[in-house]
Amino acid sequence: MAQQQEQAPERIQNSKIIGVATPRIDGPQKTTGTAMYTSDHHFPGLVYAWPTTATVSSGTVQKIDASFAEKMPGVLAVYTHENLGRLYRVPPGPMLTLMIDETRPPLEDTTIRYYGQYVAVAVAETMEQARAAAEAVKVTYTKSAHNTADQLLTASRELTTNESPKTDENASGVKEVTKRGDTANALASTHTTHDAVYSTPTETHNPIELHASLAVYKDGRFTLYETSQAVVNHRDVLAAMLGVPPDKVQVITRFLGSGFGGKLWPWPHSALASACSRNLGRPVKLVVSRSMMFESVGHRPAIDQRIQLAATPEGKFTAIQHDYVNHTSIQDDYDEGCGEATGILYSCPNLLVTAGMARRNVGTPTSMRGPGAVPGLYALESAVDELAIKLKIDPVQFRLMNEPQVDETNGKPFSSRHLKECLTTGAEKFGWEKRNAAVGSMKNASGQTLGWGMAACSWGAMKTDAEATVELRADGTARVATGAQDIGGGTYTVIAQMVSHETGVPVEKVEVVLGDSSLPPGPISGGSWATASLTPAVLEAARSATQAILLAATKSDGSPFKGKKQDDLEFVNNSVHLKGQAGPTLSTSDVLKLAKAQSVNATGKSRGLFGDPHAKYSFHSYGAQFVEVTWEPEIARLRVSRVVTVIDGGRMLNPRTAQNQIEGAVVMGVGMAMLEATEYDQRTGQPINNNLADYIVAVAADCPHIDVTFLDYPDFNLNPLGARGVGEIGLAGVAAAITNAVYHATGVRVRRLPVRIEDLLAAPEHTRAIA
Amino acid sequence: MQPFELITVSSIPDAVKAQAASSTAQQGAPVRFIAGGTNLVDYMKINVETPRQLIDINGLPLAGIESTPDGGLKIGALARNSDVAHHELVKERYPVLSQALLSGASTQLRNMATTAGNLLQKTRCVYYRDTAYGCNKRQPGSGCSAIGGHNRMLALLGTSDKCIASNPSDQNVALMALDATIHVTGIKGDRAVPIDKFFLLPGQTPERETVLEPGDLITHVTLPPVPSGAKSLYLKLRDRASYEFALASAAIVLKQSGGRVESVQVALGGIGAVPWRSHEAERALTGKVVSAVNFRAAAEAALHGARPQSQNGFKVELAKRCLAHALAQAAAQA
Ligand SMILES: Cc1cc2nc3c(=O)[nH]c(=O)nc-3n(C[C@H](O)[C@H](O)[C@H](O)COP(=O)(O)OP(=O)(O)OC[C@H]3O[C@@H](n4cnc5c(N)ncnc54)[C@H](O)[C@@H]3O)c2cc1C
Repeated sequence: MAQQQEQAPERIQNSKIIGVATPRIDGPQKTTGTAMYTSDHHFPGLVYAWPTTATVSSGTVQKIDASFAEKMPGVLAVYTHENLGRLYRVPPGPMLTLMIDETRPPLEDTTIRYYGQYVAVAVAETMEQARAAAEAVKVTYTKSAHNTADQLLTASRELTTNESPKTDENASGVKEVTKRGDTANALASTHTTHDAVYSTPTETHNPIELHASLAVYKDGRFTLYETSQAVVNHRDVLAAMLGVPPDKVQVITRFLGSGFGGKLWPWPHSALASACSRNLGRPVKLVVSRSMMFESVGHRPAIDQRIQLAATPEGKFTAIQHDYVNHTSIQDDYDEGCGEATGILYSCPNLLVTAGMARRNVGTPTSMRGPGAVPGLYALESAVDELAIKLKIDPVQFRLMNEPQVDETNGKPFSSRHLKECLTTGAEKFGWEKRNAAVGSMKNASGQTLGWGMAACSWGAMKTDAEATVELRADGTARVATGAQDIGGGTYTVIAQMVSHETGVPVEKVEVVLGDSSLPPGPISGGSWATASLTPAVLEAARSATQAILLAATKSDGSPFKGKKQDDLEFVNNSVHLKGQAGPTLSTSDVLKLAKAQSVNATGKSRGLFGDPHAKYSFHSYGAQFVEVTWEPEIARLRVSRVVTVIDGGRMLNPRTAQNQIEGAVVMGVGMAMLEATEYDQRTGQPINNNLADYIVAVAADCPHIDVTFLDYPDFNLNPLGARGVGEIGLAGVAAAITNAVYHATGVRVRRLPVRIEDLLAAPEHTRAIA
Repeated sequence: MQPFELITVSSIPDAVKAQAASSTAQQGAPVRFIAGGTNLVDYMKINVETPRQLIDINGLPLAGIESTPDGGLKIGALARNSDVAHHELVKERYPVLSQALLSGASTQLRNMATTAGNLLQKTRCVYYRDTAYGCNKRQPGSGCSAIGGHNRMLALLGTSDKCIASNPSDQNVALMALDATIHVTGIKGDRAVPIDKFFLLPGQTPERETVLEPGDLITHVTLPPVPSGAKSLYLKLRDRASYEFALASAAIVLKQSGGRVESVQVALGGIGAVPWRSHEAERALTGKVVSAVNFRAAAEAALHGARPQSQNGFKVELAKRCLAHALAQAAAQA
C-alpha cells in the first residue's frame, strides 16, 4: 500500500489535548438554553413573515387576491411577484463559491414548478397574524400536468432522462462519471455476474431546528441571522440576489440545531425575509414550518441505481458498472453523485459509472449527509453482498481480496488507507467468525432469528481554503475567530483544542468565535471538511501569535530576553524561555505587560486542495459496518439490534465528539434503511407525510447497541494534525449492512428502501423452514 | 388557528349547559370540551377543528379510579392515561388496558392525555388533517381522498365508500375487549352506553363518529370484572419500536380450561374504522382446543371481511399474525 506519510512532529503525537476526549465547550450554553439559535433572536420593531405556498405542483398563477388578507389584524403587507421588489439570479461563481441549489429567486415569475413553491408572503406584527393572513390569500391557478413519480429507470432498465419538457440548452443526458477498461466486454465474458436495480426514496432532512431567517435592513446594510452551514457563501449569495456588494451583507449563525446538508446553501425563504425587511425597513423573522421543510429547502432525491458486477470464480472483480438516475427539479440540475466511492473502493480493471437525471415537479434536491456515497454505497455494497453469496465467498473475505494498491481512477497513491484493517477489526469485534452463512440459521438466547450483515464504506477527504485569527491576551486567555460555523458537531471545541495545543492556554480559557461572515473567511461545514480545512489555518495563526510574543520578549524593556535573538527563544505552555535551557521563563501576560500591550493578534491562512488536479495523493476515509438484526417472523417484527463500526478517519482530534458523530450517523442509517421516505401524493404532487408523525425517523427505542472503533491513523499529507473528518462516513454503508443482515435473517432481499413490513411478510415460510 | 374563547367550568351541569349551546358534538362542533388538549389543540392549529369556544373541564372531579362493588373498575373521564396505566388495580385486573396505554404516544403525552380524550381522539388519516384535500369526515360531501391515495395506515374493516379512516387509539381496543361501558351525562340526564354501541361506523355519515349529542359529557368508564383465571394482554405492531400508532394491534382476554378455550374476548386496532371487536374470532375459538392452528383460524375469521385499499393490503396478513400471536401469548400465560 502506497502510504507515504510524512513524520509527525513529536509534540503532536504526545499531545495532552489533541486526541483527548474533551467535553463540548458550548455544552453548558446548550443545556441551559442560553445558546442563541437563529430564531431565538429578537429586535425592537420585529415583524413576522409567513409564506403562502402553491397548492398545485405544475401550472401558472392566474390571480392572487390579497385584498382580504391585507386588511386582517396586524398585517403590514402582502407581497407577490408584482410588488416584492427586485431579486436577482446568482451568477455562477468559481469553485465552491456562490453556491445555491434552487437558482430561481422567490416570486420571480408566475410559473409553478412544485407543490409548496412560494407564491406570496404576508408580513404582520405577530407570527399568528402573518400565518392567518398568508392562509387567507386567495390564489387561483391554471393547472398543468405534473410528474412526481418515483420510477426513474424505465422497465427496460435503460436510463431515462428529461422526461418532462425543459429548455434544451440545460438538458443533461447520461454522462460518464468514471471509466476504465472495457466494462461491457468484461460483463459479457465473465461467468459469475450480478445485475440488479436498487432504489432509494426521497429523504427529507428533518433537523429539529427549522430553517429560519431573520433579516435586519438598516441604512443600506443587511444583517441576516440565518440557519446556515456556510455563512460566507450565504453572504455572497444573498448580496448577489439583493443586488448589493457583499460588504453590505453580514450573515450570522452562532448555533445551528443541525442541518445534515440541508442548510449548506441558501433557500428561497432567506431572500424573501431580506426583501420584506428591505421593503418595510423593519426586522423580519421568517421561520419555515415543518411542512414547508418537505417542499422548499431541499431533500435527498429519489434515486434508481443499476449495478452490474462480474467476478472470477475465485472472487476477483472483473467488471463493475454503476448507472444511476436521480430525480431533480424542473429548473435545476442536481446530480447526487452516487459514484463517489465506486471507483476507488475495489480493484477492478473494467469499471464504468454513469449518471443521469429525471425531472420531476419537486423542489430542488440538495446534499444530505454523505451525498452520493451514502445511497451509492447502499446499492454497491448490496450488490457486492449478492455477488459474494453467488460466489459462495464470505463477504468480508471477498472485500479483502479486492483491495486496490492505488486509486485506480487516477493512478495516485492513497494518502492513508486502512480499509482492510477496518474489515478485520470489525469482524473480530463483531464475532463474525461465528456466523453461519445459511439464511435464518442463527438464533439468540430467546429464540429470535438473527441476521448478520456487513458493508464497507468510504468518504472523500478534502480541505478547502481557510483563514483564522488568534489573539493572545494579557489576562492569560486566547481568542480565536473564523467565519466557519459549528453545526452541532463540535467545531467550537476542536478549535479551542487546537489553540490550546499550540499555545498552552487551557481549553477553557480559549474563546472561540464562529458563525459570522464578517470574520476571516472560514470553510463551509459540509463534506466533513471543516476540521481538516481549519487545522492548518488555526495552527498557523496560533503559531504566529506565539512568534509575536517571542518578538516582544526580545524587544521589551525589563525582559530577561531583551536583545536575544527570537530564534533562541521557545514558546511552551503560554510562556517564553530560552531554547533547551533551564532559566527564566516569562508568561505571555508578563511579556504583554512589559510591552505595555493588551494582546497580540495574528492571522493564519491555508490553501485547500479542492479541485486541485496536482494533489499528490488520493484522500479518503474508510470504514466497515457490521450489523445484527433480530427477526421475529411470527409477527413480522425486525429490529436492528447491534452495530459495530470501525472508522479509518485520520487522527481523531476529539474522540468524544467524533464518536458522537458516528453514533448519530448509525442511527440515521437505521432511519434510512428501515423508516424514512418522503411520499408524494401522485394526484397533487404534494409530499403528503409532511410532518414528524408521518415521516418517521428512528427514536431512542430504535437505537441499536453501537460499538465505535477509530483506527486513528493520522493523515499528515492532508494537514499537520493528520485530521480528516467524521461527519459523514458513519452513515455510509449502514443501509447496505442492514439490508444484507435482513437478507441473512429473512431470505428477503430488499432493493427498494426503506425495508418495510410489507417486504418482510414475504419471507419464505417465515424463514423457519430454511433453517 | 381560529381565535377562540376559553371558559372554565366548576360543575358538571355547567359543563353540560355550556356544550349544549353547540349545534353538534361531532365534527365541526363550535363548542368543545378540552381535557388534556393533546388531540384537540393539534387539530385546531391546522384548522381542522375550529371551535369558537373551549370549555376547560379539568377542574371537574372526574379523575378518580376506583373499584366497583361487582369487582370491576370505574375510571374517571379525566384520569390521565399514565395514572390509569400505572394504577395497581388496573395492572392487577386489566393488564391489557395498562399495556395498551403504555404502548401509545409518549410519557409526556400520556401525562396529559385523559380517558375520555383518548376515547374521542380523531383519526390520523393525512387527508383528514390537510384542509387542501377533500375529506367526508372533515367536510361532508367533499369526497374521500384516502381512497386511491396515501392509505397505508388506514382501515380494512368497517369502512365505506365515503371513508376508510382508522380509529388510532390503543386504549379503545383494550376497552372494547373488556366490554367497557361509557357513562355520559347530558341535557336529558345520565346514560350508560356499552362501548360497542358508542362508536358509529362511517357509512354515509363519517362525520358522525359516536352517539354523543350536544351537551353530552363523558363522566367515567366502567369495566366489568374479567372472568376469574382469565389472562389479558395487548400486542401492538408498528414500523418503529416506539412512539407510533399501530399498523395492527390486538387486545385479548382469554380463559382456558383443560386445554380448551373457555371464553375469549378479542379486539383489534389499527385496522378498523372503529375499535374492532371480533365476535367472529371469538366464535371460532370458544370451546376449541388451544393450538396454533386454531388461533390462526380465529385470525382468519377476524379478517374475513377485510377490504384492503391500494397500500394497506399487507395489513390483512399482519393483523392475522398479530392476533394469532397475541392469542398464543395469552394462552402461554395460563
Ligand atoms: C405525537 C402523538 C403520538 C400519539 N401516539 C398515540 C398512540 O400511539 N396511541 C394512541 O392511542 N394515542 C396516541 N396519541 C393520541 C393521544 O392518546 C391523544 O391525543 C389523547 O389521548 C387525547 O386525550 P386528551 O385528554 O388530550 O384529549 P383532548 O385533546 O383534550 O380532547 C380530545 C377530544 O375529546 C373531547 N373530550 C375530552 N374530554 C371529554 C369528556 N369528558 N366528555 C366529552 N368529550 C370530551 C374533546 O372535546 C375533544 O374533542 C398520540 C398523540 C400525539 C400528539
